[in-house]
Amino acid sequence: MNLTINGEARTLAPLPHLAALVSELGLDPRKVAVERNLEIVPRSAYDRTPVADGDRIEIVHFIGGG
Amino acid sequence: MDDASHRPAGVADTWTVAGRTFTSRLIIGTGKYKDYATNAAAAEAAGAEIVTVAIRRVNLSDPSQPMLVDHVKPDRFTFLPNTAGCFTGEDAVRTLRLAREAGGWNLVKLEVLSNTKHLLPDMEETLRALKLLIADGFEVMVYCNDDPVYARKLEEAGAAAIMPLGAPIGSGRGIQNLLNLGLIIEQAKVPVLVDAGVGTASDAAVAMELGCDAVLMNTAIAEARDPILMASAMRHAVIAGREAFLAGRMPKRMYADPSSPLAGLI
Repeated sequence: MNLTINGEARTLAPLPHLAALVSELGLDPRKVAVERNLEIVPRSAYDRTPVADGDRIEIVHFIGGG
Repeated sequence: MDDASHRPAGVADTWTVAGRTFTSRLIIGTGKYKDYATNAAAAEAAGAEIVTVAIRRVNLSDPSQPMLVDHVKPDRFTFLPNTAGCFTGEDAVRTLRLAREAGGWNLVKLEVLSNTKHLLPDMEETLRALKLLIADGFEVMVYCNDDPVYARKLEEAGAAAIMPLGAPIGSGRGIQNLLNLGLIIEQAKVPVLVDAGVGTASDAAVAMELGCDAVLMNTAIAEARDPILMASAMRHAVIAGREAFLAGRMPKRMYADPSSPLAGLI
């Protein structure tokens, strides 16, 4: 499965849902926000949101800023 | 607050934005610190209740790197997500929708910049973005130019607070246009905060003496030789400026006026 995650091309084994992807990437789902193909996915929906070949995923978090 | 001990008992000097009431009038940024631990210590020394934060992509190559929320904790400080780095209304809306999902915050700081050299706000685009955000349910504190005309337009569009710059972001040049800032404060019915330009404690005091509701700063603390000591200095400066504003300054005179009576001289 080919995905673009934060602008980087990634090839991953098929995953059942977004929750599995966040976990596969080693991220704490409580500390990130996710966009799938420009649509924000509510955290409560990660485990019922599919991840499909060609998806463009953005995963962001809070960092220091002014 | 202990520094306000001369105020009548039971009368707290607070300010309110979008229905949230705060005691501290110093908001600090969380950028440019050498590490998040120093940042957290500075926020404590500043007595800050609100900190600004940015939204960026996570580092996929090292997901174990330190995270802001592990040091500057959202249960200790009110996070004010910003749109720093956004140059269009659409970018700003997208960024703050993600921030809302990441933390659930509706109170946000809008800044839409014009270019990377002076980082001055693009006011036309800022006003457009403000309207998009308000339609989307956000409560928006707006970084803006020190222009009373645009400040009024922002307020009429529903801004929760007006945040004119004192000088360009990170320049540390102090308040450049006292007259305009005074006009903005005089006309505003929502809180006015000086956001950007403060370089040292006296700049913060000047802003507060003018009657600002609060001051927002980042670089002045983060780039001080001792950020934690500067955070403490800023805390005192903001309190001093606020109390001077409330106390009402003496009139300025052209000539001297002796403090000791001239009558009864030997």
